[in-house]
Amino acid sequence: MTEQVLLILTVLAPLVGAAGIVLIGDRPNLRESVTLITAGGLFAINIALISFVTDGGRPEVELVSFLPGASIKLVAEPLGLLFGLIASGLWIVTSIYSIGYMRGHGEKNQTRFYAYFAIALSSTMGVAYAGNLISMFAFYEVLSLSTYPLVTHAGTEEARRGGRTYIGILIGSSIALFLFAILWTWTSTGSMDFVPGGILRGKMDSLSLSVLLGLFVFGIAKAGVMPFHRWLPAAMVAPTPVSALLHAVAVVKAGVFAITKIAVYIFGIDLLAEAGSGRFFMYVAATTIVLASIVALRQDDLKKRLAYSTISQLSFIVLGAMMGHSLGIIGGGMHIATHALGKITLFFAAGAILVALHKTKVSEMRGIGRTMPLTMAFFLIGSLSISGLPPTGGLWSKWYLLMGTLEIGDYILFVVLLLSSLLSMGYLLPIVVRAFFAAPQAGGHGGVGAAVSDAEEAARPAIKEAPLFILIAMAISSAGTIALFFAPGPVARLVAQIFPDLGGL
Amino acid sequence: MIAHLPALQVAIPLFAAPLCVLLRKGTLPWLIAVAVSWVALLIAGVQLDNVIDDGPISYALGGFAAPFGIEYRIDPLNAFMLLIVSGIAAVVLPFARKSVEAEIREDQHFLFYGAFLLMLTGLLGMAVTGDAFNLFVFIEISALSSYALIAMGKNRRALRAAFTYLVMGTAGATFILIGIGLLYVVTGTLNMADLAQRLQPISETRTVLVAFTFILVGVSLKLALFPLHLWLPNAYTYAPSVVTAFLAATATKVAIYVLLRFVFTIFGVDFSFGALPLQEIFLVLAIASIVIASTVAIYQNNVKRLLAYSSLAQIGYIILGFSYGNVTGLSASIMHLFNHAATKGALFLIMGCVVYRVGSAHIDRLQGLGRRMPLTMFGFTIAGLSLIGVPLTAGFISKWYLVLGAMERGWWPVAVVVLATSLLAVVYVWKVVEVAYFRPLPEDAAEVTDPPLSMLIPAWILILATIYFGIETSLPVGISQQAAQFLFAASP
Repeated sequence: MTEQVLLILTVLAPLVGAAGIVLIGDRPNLRESVTLITAGGLFAINIALISFVTDGGRPEVELVSFLPGASIKLVAEPLGLLFGLIASGLWIVTSIYSIGYMRGHGEKNQTRFYAYFAIALSSTMGVAYAGNLISMFAFYEVLSLSTYPLVTHAGTEEARRGGRTYIGILIGSSIALFLFAILWTWTSTGSMDFVPGGILRGKMDSLSLSVLLGLFVFGIAKAGVMPFHRWLPAAMVAPTPVSALLHAVAVVKAGVFAITKIAVYIFGIDLLAEAGSGRFFMYVAATTIVLASIVALRQDDLKKRLAYSTISQLSFIVLGAMMGHSLGIIGGGMHIATHALGKITLFFAAGAILVALHKTKVSEMRGIGRTMPLTMAFFLIGSLSISGLPPTGGLWSKWYLLMGTLEIGDYILFVVLLLSSLLSMGYLLPIVVRAFFAAPQAGGHGGVGAAVSDAEEAARPAIKEAPLFILIAMAISSAGTIALFFAPGPVARLVAQIFPDLGGL
Repeated sequence: MIAHLPALQVAIPLFAAPLCVLLRKGTLPWLIAVAVSWVALLIAGVQLDNVIDDGPISYALGGFAAPFGIEYRIDPLNAFMLLIVSGIAAVVLPFARKSVEAEIREDQHFLFYGAFLLMLTGLLGMAVTGDAFNLFVFIEISALSSYALIAMGKNRRALRAAFTYLVMGTAGATFILIGIGLLYVVTGTLNMADLAQRLQPISETRTVLVAFTFILVGVSLKLALFPLHLWLPNAYTYAPSVVTAFLAATATKVAIYVLLRFVFTIFGVDFSFGALPLQEIFLVLAIASIVIASTVAIYQNNVKRLLAYSSLAQIGYIILGFSYGNVTGLSASIMHLFNHAATKGALFLIMGCVVYRVGSAHIDRLQGLGRRMPLTMFGFTIAGLSLIGVPLTAGFISKWYLVLGAMERGWWPVAVVVLATSLLAVVYVWKVVEVAYFRPLPEDAAEVTDPPLSMLIPAWILILATIYFGIETSLPVGISQQAAQFLFAASP
């Protein structure tokens, strides 16, 4: 199979899967098999692309000559490959999870759910492998649109309002800012292609560069840089599998991935460093990191807390992209991987708690570690990853970013990154501690008889774990997090391929 | 035969119209109309092909040579217009049968098809002719038949809407006539190419300036440029759905063509943009159209009226591109003539489907329709995305070139306005989408389903066209650029 065919298949295969899901309709097991087979196939295709890219090749295929001088084309390069692998791999895991969740929760309209999920993955692949800005923009918009039915799945008034914020901010920012930036790039340079070293050198003065960079950073609102972050908590009305994959992995990662790719291939790391354009935005990212963590501390709804945690963690990657140093890109790329695995575990656990115990609020989660020990153990692993603690991969991505801040001599940012770890521990670890060590909330109050039965209950908590499929999914993602601790090399080396003069890592 | 195609383009619908009126009952009027529209499309396609390959075509009507005889002259711009008008007619007429049965009195059906064919004749004639007075004749033919068609709407207000349009439209046409008359007085000719030559030496005179102004105002009224747009919302809302779809997709577009023809071919770029501050005037009016009409659209509760205001905004975009005065801007305008015709045609045909099943276009009647009429409302969503200008739809292509043209001119605020106003479109499109998909069905909702295939297929042809021409853009973009370059180059 030639590499061009593989590339086209990354976008096409999920669409075919979506068609299959729609055609099969109401036969659940058959329909879910289509999803699993498509997801597995997509992951295999991405793996097949690895060898072509690590050889130094950049497979390229032009899909359609869209406008004179601009075509929709796909190009496989290290960063995109990394994102493609993560998104497709986690699609498999999320599909396993979805089966458990959607059935355990009795969700309706499952065909529509799985079909739009597949379309969303297709557009994610398109963003990952986009060969120029216009292709990236096209797939980016399709991603926003295809995830809207997923976010508003419940069809309730609350879902409608959440959906409005979601689509309003995403489409609004992308048309008003992102598209403007793309057109500005086009008129200034005559090109929209992603080229190593960037295409903007010598084409505009440094003030214009900074404004252009700002248009990209804020226009790509999927990266959650404040103040364009409100769509993330609003999207938490979605069913948890949607939150897990899309908002811990695909949608948000598409945003930070896009910013990173634009920093490397449109601006060029060296240009960013020389012109100093990234400086200001590093501080914008740092502000988001800290502010979002503080807001997370104050959230009682678990999914909202995780949402703000995501906003905070995403800005790590943005900070890395704005650094103007290869360590920032490598750290950011690694963080795409480690955060994806860690966060998805946390969202899976949140969904598990919802399905098994019907709880959504942190304040109600005392002592649930006795009823759901496995789930809370996985939650612990996810928390460690987000906080950047061993034995999880989150340690290494933070490590590279910290090294990067030292290399560019910015000690304030160094401190901010360390501070954020503390804050993450603050909003995640207490949940685990209270789950395992606090007394479970009793049902009744008052009366000797009631107290006795409560004590008996506390003495022998029944284990009421999440459905099996959910547990399997959480196990896989946690294992991945821990695996990345012991073997971060392949990921780091893959991203470092972007910088051929870096030599060995 | 091939040589006579320009004349046949107009003659066939013209003679088919009284034929429809003579054949009173049955489906024959409809069949004749459909057949005629498809033949017209075929002719337009052949002519477009010839023009692109061989260059402009010149045809003397009746063998009488210009400048005394009437000349039909086809260049890339009007070949494209002929394609758009006949294409829309070819899609709308098959749709019309069921829609007309539901919305118009049975004893008026034959009159409907007759008037429709007359309107088609008028629009095609406006696009193909190279003689100024002939242009006026066709303007009147299309206008008068459209007044009759609008008045056939079910709602009582249709009559008043038609009357208002009649009064304003006649004023506009009269202004155009006065302008043409003044030009005739000073040059002695009515042939457009001849006028172009003869106007050059006398272009500084007051008479020519006044003629120019009269024509501009008259045409601006016909194309519903703010503030001469007052006839449009009511006309579109109360006319039968088929009429609205056809009008929205073609009538104002052909009026814009007339504007381009006068400005570029007859008066010439230098005079037109030099004599009056045309760029500034149209720039301001265009932006006013876009902003005001989009905002008003958001507050409308009748979906047809919402789409009518949206059309006013889209006309604003087209005039905006024209006001740039560069090739990119002009090609963006011409492209949007095509893209908007497909998009609005699709949207109004979908509304025709809704009215067919539900009986009303009021937004409250669309509650929950996303579940009952899935294909219909999904089609609305896709066409709505084209209206917003989402990539991979035709609307995006026009917006792309509009912003590009503004950036080429260095008019950065205009570029920002184009993009920012797209967000207004998001609001009013999403308003309808939310009602269709999120509101529960009202208790007294009739059992409705998707409309019959004869209505669904034409609507979906246009919807798929908006996606197809958003991806495979060589037809609209290529021809628009060719037409724009031709207009600038051939300008006296």
